[in-house]
Amino acid sequence: MPPKVSTAVMRQGLRVIGLAVKAEKGVFAAAVVASGIYGVMTVASSWALGWATEHAMLPAFESGHATTGALVTAALLIVGAAAFKALGIMGRRILAGVMQFRMQARSRRDVTKQYLRLPLAWHHRHPTGQLLSNASSDAEAAWAPLAPLPMAVGVIVMLVAAAVAILITDPVLALVGFLIFPAIALLNFAYQRRLSPLAMRAQQLRAEVSEVAHESFDGALVVKTLGREDAEAARFQVRADELRDANIGVGRVRGLFDPLLEALPTLGVLVVLLAGSLRLEQGRLSAGELVQVAYLFTLLAFPIRALGWVLSELPRSVVGWTRVNDVLQATGSMTYGTHTLTSADPARVAVWDVTYGYDPGAPVLHDMTFEALPGRTLAVVGPTGSGKSTVTQLIGRLIDPDRGAIYVDGADLRDLARGQVSDSVAVVAQQTFLFDDTVRGNVTLGRDVSDERVWAALRLAQAEGFVSGLPQVLDTRIGERGATLSGGQRQRLALARALVREPRLLILDDATSSVDPQVEKRILYGLRDQQSTVIVVAYRMATIALADDVVYIEHGRVIDRGTHERLLERCEGYRNLVTAYERDEAERAALLADEEDEEVVAP
Amino acid sequence: MSMQALERSAWQTVRHGFRLSPEFRRGLAGTAVLAVLATVGKVIVPVAVQQVIDRGLSGGTPDIPFIRAAVVLCAAAVLLTALCGYAMNVRLYKSTESGLATLRGRAFRHVHDLSVLTQNTERRGALVSRVTVDVDQISVFMQWGGMMVIVALGQLVVATVLMAVYSWQLTLLVWLCFAPLIWALPRFQRLIAGAYTRVRERTGDVLAAVSESVVGSAVIRAYGAEDRTGERIDSAIDAQRAAQVRAMRMVGFTFPTTELVASFAIAGVVLLGVRLGLDGTITVGRLIAFLFLITLFISPLQTATEVLNEAQNAIAGWRRVLGVLDTPADVGDPGEQGVTLPRGPISLVFEDVGFAYPGGPPVLHEVSAAFPPRSRVAVVGETGSGKTTFAKLLTRLMDPVEGRVLIDGVDLRDVRFSSLRERIVMVPQDGFLFDASLEENIRFGRPSATREEIALALTELGLADWVDGLPAGLDTPVGQRGESLSAGERQLVALARAYLADPDLLLLDEATSAVDPATEVRLARALEGVTRGRTAISIAHRLSTAEAADEVVVFEHGRIVQRGPHAELVAQPGVYADLYASWTTATRS
Repeated sequence: MPPKVSTAVMRQGLRVIGLAVKAEKGVFAAAVVASGIYGVMTVASSWALGWATEHAMLPAFESGHATTGALVTAALLIVGAAAFKALGIMGRRILAGVMQFRMQARSRRDVTKQYLRLPLAWHHRHPTGQLLSNASSDAEAAWAPLAPLPMAVGVIVMLVAAAVAILITDPVLALVGFLIFPAIALLNFAYQRRLSPLAMRAQQLRAEVSEVAHESFDGALVVKTLGREDAEAARFQVRADELRDANIGVGRVRGLFDPLLEALPTLGVLVVLLAGSLRLEQGRLSAGELVQVAYLFTLLAFPIRALGWVLSELPRSVVGWTRVNDVLQATGSMTYGTHTLTSADPARVAVWDVTYGYDPGAPVLHDMTFEALPGRTLAVVGPTGSGKSTVTQLIGRLIDPDRGAIYVDGADLRDLARGQVSDSVAVVAQQTFLFDDTVRGNVTLGRDVSDERVWAALRLAQAEGFVSGLPQVLDTRIGERGATLSGGQRQRLALARALVREPRLLILDDATSSVDPQVEKRILYGLRDQQSTVIVVAYRMATIALADDVVYIEHGRVIDRGTHERLLERCEGYRNLVTAYERDEAERAALLADEEDEEVVAP
Repeated sequence: MSMQALERSAWQTVRHGFRLSPEFRRGLAGTAVLAVLATVGKVIVPVAVQQVIDRGLSGGTPDIPFIRAAVVLCAAAVLLTALCGYAMNVRLYKSTESGLATLRGRAFRHVHDLSVLTQNTERRGALVSRVTVDVDQISVFMQWGGMMVIVALGQLVVATVLMAVYSWQLTLLVWLCFAPLIWALPRFQRLIAGAYTRVRERTGDVLAAVSESVVGSAVIRAYGAEDRTGERIDSAIDAQRAAQVRAMRMVGFTFPTTELVASFAIAGVVLLGVRLGLDGTITVGRLIAFLFLITLFISPLQTATEVLNEAQNAIAGWRRVLGVLDTPADVGDPGEQGVTLPRGPISLVFEDVGFAYPGGPPVLHEVSAAFPPRSRVAVVGETGSGKTTFAKLLTRLMDPVEGRVLIDGVDLRDVRFSSLRERIVMVPQDGFLFDASLEENIRFGRPSATREEIALALTELGLADWVDGLPAGLDTPVGQRGESLSAGERQLVALARAYLADPDLLLLDEATSAVDPATEVRLARALEGVTRGRTAISIAHRLSTAEAADEVVVFEHGRIVQRGPHAELVAQPGVYADLYASWTTATRS
C-alpha cells in the first residue's frame, strides 16, 4: 500500500491556509459568502423541484387539469434558485482566484526581495534552478489549496442546509443521508491521502526527467563528440520509465476511487427510493418529497468532492510553503555601517590578513595581505584555481571575509553605508552578464547618465564601433531576446558599464579574455588616463607589464609583492608562470639545435 | 523543425502519433467497450426513478416487492459499471503512459541525432520542452480530457436516447435550450484560451525577470542595481497577477451559464411536460426521470471549455514532438552500411571544401589540404576566419556544402559513427561538465575505464597534483555544468576526458584558453608526449602551440592563406608574421 499523507502534514497545511485567510480576510469572507449562497441554493433547487412535483406536476396528473399559477411559480422557483446558484458560483470562483493569485504574487515578491537582499555567499550555496522554482512553482504550490477552499467551505454550508432540509422532510431518509454522505467524505479523504504522495512522487520524477534532458542537451556537443548518444538515451529512458510507472501508479488509485466515488451516491439514491417507498406506504412521506430527496442526493454527489480537493493539495502546499519560507527566513544578510566615502580621488585599498572559504571548513584564501595604492594599477597574478576571482569579489564586497578585513581609504568595507561600495568600486567579472535590456540600459543600469557619457564609456571600452553599427544603436535590445553579440563584444559592454560610473576603483577579473589582443591593448592604454585605481587579474604579459605593482598568489596565499621586474627577479613561481611561453620557446629552440647537431654528428 | 509536421491537421497528427507509439492502440477496443459500459451506469438513477414512480407507486399503495427487486437490480448494475470504470481506467493509464514513455525516449534520442546546427543554443530550451512538458500535456489530455470527451459524449448520447424513448417533444425542447450554449462554448473557449495565453506570456516574463536577479546576482550587487531590478520584477509579478485574475474572471462568468441554461430546460420540461401528461403522452415517472436526465447534460458542458483547451494544447504539443521526430538528422550515421576503420594513426584530406551556414554567406572557400598520419597541426587565424568551422567539419559535426573530407581515404560521411567517434575526439573551448564527480566526468570519455586508469591518465597529463589539491580529489563534485570549478579547471577536466577516450586523432579547439601559461605549457608538453604516434590538430588562440607544431595552417576570411612550419612562416611577411608579432608583444616582457 502506498504511503498516506500524515496528520502532521494536514495540520501544517491547514496552518498555511490559515495564514492566507488572515492575510486576505476581506476577499476570503466575500468568497465564503458567495460559496454559501451557492451551497444553500443547491439545496434550494432540489426543494424547488420537490415543490414542483408536489404542487404542480402530481396534482395535474391526478386531477387531469393543470393550474397555471402553480406551474408558473414552479418554473420561477427553479430558474430563480439556479440564477442565485450561478451568481454564487461566479463569485466563488472569481474571488477564490483573486485570493490565490494575490497570495502567490505576495510570496513571489517577498522571495525575490530576499534574493536581492541576501548576500552573494548565500547565492553561492543555492543552485540557480532551485531559486527559480522557489519563486515560481513553489509559490504556486504553496497557495494552490486556496482555489478549491471557498467551494469546500460552501459545501459544508450545503451539507448543513441539506441535513436540515432532509430532517424536516423525513428523519428516516435523513438517516440514509447521514450514512451515505460521511461515507463519501471519508472515502474521498482516504482517496486523497493515498493519491497525493503518489502524485507528488510523479511530480518529482517529472522534474528529474526534465533535469536529465536539460543537462544532456546542454552538453550535446560533448555527447556527440564522444559518441555517447546511446548511453545518454539509456540514462534518460530509465527516468522516463520511472515516471511512466509512477503515473500508472497514480492511475491505479484514481481508477479505483473515481468510479467508487461515483457509485456511492448512486447507491444512496437507490436506497432512498426503497426506504422512501416504505415511508410512503406508511403515509409518512409524499411522492414530491421523495423526488426532492433523491434529487438532492444526485446534486450533492459531485460538490462533496471539493473537500478532498483541498486535502489533495495540502502536501504540495506544505512543501512549497516550506521552501518559500526557508528563503524568507534566511539570515546572514550583509550588514552596513554609516560611514561614507567623500573623496573623489582614486581609492586606496588594503586587504588585511583575509581568510575566506565558500565552504567554511575549506578556506580558499589564507591570511592574505596586500595593498593597492591610489591611482596605480595592481596586477593579481596566480595559477589556475589559486583564488584570484575570490579576491576580486571580496574587494568589491560581494562577499565578506571570514577573518581579517578589507579597507578602502582606511574604512572597513563593512562599516560603509549601503550603496557606498558600489558607488566607488566597479567589478568587471570573468563571466559577462548582460540584462535583457537595451545597450543603454545595460551600460547605465538605470542611472541617470547622459548619452555623451555612455558613448565616452563605450569608446574607452573599444565598443563604440560595433554599437554604432547595431540596428537601433543604443536602443538595440540585447540579451535573451535581442541581438546576439560575440563573447568579446559582450565583455566590452560589461567594461563600459563599469567605466560609465567613473569608479574610484576599477577591478577587472580577466575581463578582456575574449577580446582580440590588439583591441585589449588599446583598452588598457585608454585606462591609464582614468582617475582611478585599477586592480587587474591577468595572464597576458602585456597586461601585467602595464601594472605598476604585482601581487603573486598561489593556493590562496600571497607569495610575493612588488614590481613586475622585482618579482621576475626574485620569485620563482611568478617567473615560471609569466615567462612560460618564452622559456618554452627557448627550450624548444635549444632542443631543435641539439637535434640538428646530432644530425650533423650522426653521419 | 519540420514544417510538414506543424502543418498537419489535428486528425493527421493523432494518426501519425498513434503510428509512432503503437502502445496507444494496444487493447484500445476493449478499453472503449469498458468505457461505454461505464457510461451506461449514469442513466441507472433516472431509469430507477421512472420505474419506481410509474410502476411501484402508481397503484395507490407502493408495490414494495417490485421496488425492492428494481433497486437491487440497479444496485448490482451500478457496482458492475463501477468495476468496468476501474478496469477501463487502469488499461487507459497503462497504454497511454507506455506509449508516452516510448515517445519521450524516441524524441530524446532523435534530438541527439540532430546536427549541431539544428540543436543550437537558442533551441535547446525548446528541445527540452519537447521531451518534457509537451509529452506531459498529451498525457494529461489522454487520461483526463480525452476520457472526458468520451464520457461526456457517451453521457449526452445515452441521456438523449433515453429521453427520446420517453418523449421526443421534451427531448427537442431540452436540445433547443442547450443549443445556443453549445454554439457559444467554442467561442467562450477561444476567449479563455486567449486569456491563458497571456497568463503564460506574463509568467514567462516573471521567470525571465527572476532569473536575471539570480543569474546576475553578482553584477546587481556590484553595481547597486537592486532597486531597479526589484522594480522590474515587481511589475512583472503584478502583470502576471492581473492576467491571472482576468482569465479567472472570464472562466467565472462563463462557467455558471450551464447551470442557468439547465434550469431553463428543467422549467421548460415541467411546463410542457404537464401539458403532454394531460394529453396522456407521458407518464409522471418519465417526466420526473427527465428532470434527472437533464442533470447529465450539465457536467459535460461545464467542463467542455476546459477539455477543448486541453485538447488544443495536447494536439499542439503532440505536433511539436512529432515535428522533432520528423526533422531529418541532417548529419546522419551511415549505420550498418558504413565503413568501420581499423585503429591506427589517421590521415586526413580536405578536398575543395566549402561551407555556408543555412541562409548565410559562405564561411569556408575551396579549402584543400592533406595531413599525413601522425602529423601535429596548429590552425591559427583571427576570430571569424573559419577555424572553428574547419574543426566542426573535420569531426563531422556538420557536413560540407561543397567538396569532401576524407579520413584514411574514406569520405567522412561513409564512416560509421561508432567508428568515427572512437577515432576522432574534439575538445571544445567550453568544456561542458555534468553534475557529477570529477571521476565520473572524466570516465564519460571511456565508460569502461577503471579509477586507476583515470588516475594514470591524469598523471600522464601532469594533472595529478592539481587533482590532489582539490578537497575530495577525484571524488570532488563539479556542480551543475561544472560551476564549482573555475573556467580553467573545467578545461583541464574536459581535456582529461578526451584523452581518456584514447582517440587516434585529437582535435583541440582552444581547449586551454582559460588555463594559466605555466599549466598550459606543461599540458602542451605532456600532450606532445602522449599523442606521439597519433594525429593531433590544435586550434590555437595562443601561438605557443603553433611554435610546437610540425605544420601551421593559417586561415583568413574562410581560406587557407599560409601553410608550413612555424619557423618558415614567421620569416616571411604575411598574416602569420603579423599574428605572431602581436602575440609576442602581448606575452613577452
